[in-house]
Amino acid sequence: MAQPSRIIDKTAAELAADIREGRLTSVEVTTAFLDRIEAVDATVKAFLHVDREGALAAAREADAAIAADEEASPLAGVPVAVKDVVVTKGLPTTAASKILEGWIPPYDATIVERIKAARMPILGKTNMDEFAMGSSTEYSAYFKTRNPWDTGRIPGGSGGGSAAAVAAKMAPLAIGTDTGGSIRQPGAVTGTFGAKPTYGSNSRYGLIAFSSSLDTPGPVSRNALDAALLHEVISGHDPRDSTSIDAPVPPVAEAARLGASGDLTGVKLGVVKEFAEGAEAAEPGVIAAYEAGVEQLVKLGAEIVEVSCPSFTYALPTYYLIAPSEASSNLARYDGVRYGLRTGDDGKHSLEEVMSLTREAGFGPEVKRRIILGTYALSAGYVDAFYGKAQKVRTLIKRDFEAAFEQVDAIISPTTPFVAFKFGERTGDPYQMYLADLYTIPSNLYGGPGVSVPVGLADGMPVGLQVCGPVMGDDIAYRVAAALESTQDTPLADTAPELEGN
Amino acid sequence: MSTISREEVAHLARLARLEVTDDELDAFAGQLDVILESMKALAEVDTDDVQPTSHAVPLVNVFREDLPQPSLSREAALAGGPDTAEDRFRVPRILDEEA
Amino acid sequence: MTKLNSYEQAVADYEPVLGLETHIELDTNTKMFCGCPTAFGAEPNTQVCPVCLALPGALPVANKAAIEATIKIGLALNCRIAEWTRFARKNYFYPDMPKNFQTSQYEEPLCEEGYVDVVVEGETYRVEIERVHLEEDTGKTLHVGGATGRIHGATESLVDYNRAGIPLVEIVTKPVPGTGALAPEVARAYTAELRDIVRSLGVSDVRMEQGSLRCDVNLSLNLPGEAWGTRTETKNVNSLRSVERAVRYEVRRQSALLDAGERIFQETRHFHEATGETSPGRSKEEATDYRYFPEPDLAVMEPSREWVEELRTSLPEPPRKRRERLQEAWSLADKEMQSVVNADAVDLIETTVAAGAAPAAAVKWWLGELSRRANETGDELGALAITPAQVAELQGMVDDGRLNDKLARQVIDGVLAGEGSPAEVAAKRGLEVVSDTGALETAVDEAIAANPAVAEKIRGGTHAAAGVLIGAVMKATKGQADAGTVRKIILDKLS
Ligand SMILES: [Zn+2]
Repeated sequence: MAQPSRIIDKTAAELAADIREGRLTSVEVTTAFLDRIEAVDATVKAFLHVDREGALAAAREADAAIAADEEASPLAGVPVAVKDVVVTKGLPTTAASKILEGWIPPYDATIVERIKAARMPILGKTNMDEFAMGSSTEYSAYFKTRNPWDTGRIPGGSGGGSAAAVAAKMAPLAIGTDTGGSIRQPGAVTGTFGAKPTYGSNSRYGLIAFSSSLDTPGPVSRNALDAALLHEVISGHDPRDSTSIDAPVPPVAEAARLGASGDLTGVKLGVVKEFAEGAEAAEPGVIAAYEAGVEQLVKLGAEIVEVSCPSFTYALPTYYLIAPSEASSNLARYDGVRYGLRTGDDGKHSLEEVMSLTREAGFGPEVKRRIILGTYALSAGYVDAFYGKAQKVRTLIKRDFEAAFEQVDAIISPTTPFVAFKFGERTGDPYQMYLADLYTIPSNLYGGPGVSVPVGLADGMPVGLQVCGPVMGDDIAYRVAAALESTQDTPLADTAPELEGN
Repeated sequence: MSTISREEVAHLARLARLEVTDDELDAFAGQLDVILESMKALAEVDTDDVQPTSHAVPLVNVFREDLPQPSLSREAALAGGPDTAEDRFRVPRILDEEA
Repeated sequence: MTKLNSYEQAVADYEPVLGLETHIELDTNTKMFCGCPTAFGAEPNTQVCPVCLALPGALPVANKAAIEATIKIGLALNCRIAEWTRFARKNYFYPDMPKNFQTSQYEEPLCEEGYVDVVVEGETYRVEIERVHLEEDTGKTLHVGGATGRIHGATESLVDYNRAGIPLVEIVTKPVPGTGALAPEVARAYTAELRDIVRSLGVSDVRMEQGSLRCDVNLSLNLPGEAWGTRTETKNVNSLRSVERAVRYEVRRQSALLDAGERIFQETRHFHEATGETSPGRSKEEATDYRYFPEPDLAVMEPSREWVEELRTSLPEPPRKRRERLQEAWSLADKEMQSVVNADAVDLIETTVAAGAAPAAAVKWWLGELSRRANETGDELGALAITPAQVAELQGMVDDGRLNDKLARQVIDGVLAGEGSPAEVAAKRGLEVVSDTGALETAVDEAIAANPAVAEKIRGGTHAAAGVLIGAVMKATKGQADAGTVRKIILDKLS
């Protein structure tokens, strides 16, 4: 069992308070996590790059600023891990792709600027499915990340590295990105908390684009309040992102504190009828854990209301038209001209051949598959039938969810239909892999927030409960999730098996 | 039933600048088929008079004032280039050799 | 060797249909989607940032000034301004295009359905505008290892992205039938009119030689009464004169092919300034499939009617109106004004007049001597190495009696040769009317003595005979005398 006195066992909120009030320094805290990485990451393999020196330098600056009383950020001095799809100035950024191996960005993503401005040391860059395409992190071009609960299983994806790093207490907080579930599904299968904010409420500037109209960065943590604090650090309007919403950030930290009081009286929670139907329904163990969670929510005073979203059945096909179409265009820039890999430039090959050889060598199978699919969907004669049609169906899905939120405050479901599977179990059949995102994709399509909170275990593996809110209603999702946490004696994230350290 | 042929995949790969192998052609043709079958589901949805949704929160007229911002230094701009010469990005010959 | 018909024969047999696609680089302070500056001629890759280099993660934000400029162009071309419009991605790989897609517009351009009226040989032709849309320019590529910088035969290329992302407005006409033999002149007049309109708006310097105005000329031929033929698209047409020549060449080339029973292929061709010929573009180009789709990184645009009307009221006097005003002020006949317009001399004359020359004199210089010089060298009139201010200065010297016409032409030689201002050239070359009347009177006396019979006629009242004596005096003074003064002296002496 974990020793409660260890720095790495504390929540981010506790660490922030300890640092702010002088019980710990950022250097001590940051060192503890760096040491933990050194001890267990050889097993978990969550990090593509660890920046010990940079993190400690930032920690020293944070300590100096706090000592000089110049720092008011609520997470000052608390270190964070960043998914490798987020651009970090001077730190290698690859999106787990060979095509960007060795690229050192000359600029910071907006959310990274905000993390730095909040004086949060960056521990390193976490592993992921290449270009965030996948649900298991098996499609990283570098190595597989292991689930700390069972190292023979996947940590979810695409943000498996960030989730595993937090689950294994190598970082108190991490940044993820979510296009179809890449924050929430890894959160569910690693017993951690993950939030996909409302699309447009967190800047995409500096996020290596997968699907522009769906990508959203968000926080990964071990509990709702920690995530909410990080959410507030990175959130808010960014004039460099044309799709960024110019409106106040929902008060998520306040909502998480309110939820922690354990009272959901008057809160209506919707259960989508169609989620439970169809051949692809969830595993029995997942359903059992989820239903036990629903019972807890009812005990806290929530009212469960069945809602209907008939267009839900179209969510997966809609997603698999929009995302690859946008991806095929977004990934065209990786051509070996301005940065990254170049292959075949031997004086014999023409530029077109060198570009094609470079992209063939630099992209993995899942990325190529989606580029081909997207190229097909956009090609002559198909764009209206595919992309155009999908955008219209997206409108129908959005209407369904808007109608549902007329009746309920939030919608709950399992986060993902199954617990962490074993390596290789679903890589042979892309469609089986895509099912992992069945319940998470709708909120990417209608654009609202979705959080995954640990709800229980099935066969010893964590299960997540998803709470989705209306667009710009991130606070209600945090409140419900925090309320569920309040029913657990020990946070589920803290019950992970202890890893063998070096 | 195959809706997408091997030749079609090869054409798409060329459009997308991917020098795919024969094995990949076979694999992709089969796998894309599975996906495309599911796409047919959308064809049955009545979307007459439905406006497309491009973003969750509709945004219009997002503009920037015409004010210069600092560019990258030339060193920073060129630093990532696999091959540079004369302060420019070097690429191999653009045209295929004429037959 | 390409077979060509004579132009006259070609237009006797076939009817041309024109189409023009014009690209205009806007002169905003910053690029279309990022804050990089747009100055011409900067060191390579010094006006680039994550956005216009297409670094991973960078995102575009549209430049409001470029949107406004495009709407102004649309309004000046009598277009309807869209109430709902958006950007689209045009996907294709090319190394001068960092994202490997061009952010452009597809089915919803900013402006549609306009027209431009042009007058050629007294006839008004309405050129209808299909669309005006906004997109971004590409970088510049240096081709190394081949012949004189051409892409053919190059062993490698070097790319500079300073120009990548500069706002570019594309103006596309509808097909223009019915121009007959005047197709080249109509194409030229349209391009000149478009350029004048855009220049008057102050949104681009529209300099064809710097590439801030670029033309693609589409042309097809058909037999009278038959359906329109297949068109070719000639790119790289970079002067008004070239627009005319490119149309003329394609008419001759296509008619010869059609006469021989051959098909015209829809293809891209390149215009060659040196030879006036067109040649096929890259043959290996695959069938283009641009996979247009709406740009998800940018918000849609809904230009409010208030904004559009505000821009409409800010429009300057249209060039056509201005020409009418100037024609009246300069007291020119329609035909003379048409010559001024055709010579592309409106601005030059206006500036010359503003610098102090009388309108008639300004017109005389630009349409006479200076047009002749431009024709000799094949230059545009505006490209001559003499400024309107210098022409006004020259005319001032004539008005003052310091130069006569013949000397003035020699001064022009010097100015065009880069020897300095008219005053400097006159001084250096010693060109000045002899105004020393003593010297002139001596010369007149000598001329009278040498031509007693002529002198007698003048005394007899035949003043026209003075020309012989004037000629003799001018010869004696090597042309540096003022003919009027000489005449006066002669008549004084012989009356
Ligand atoms: Zn730029």
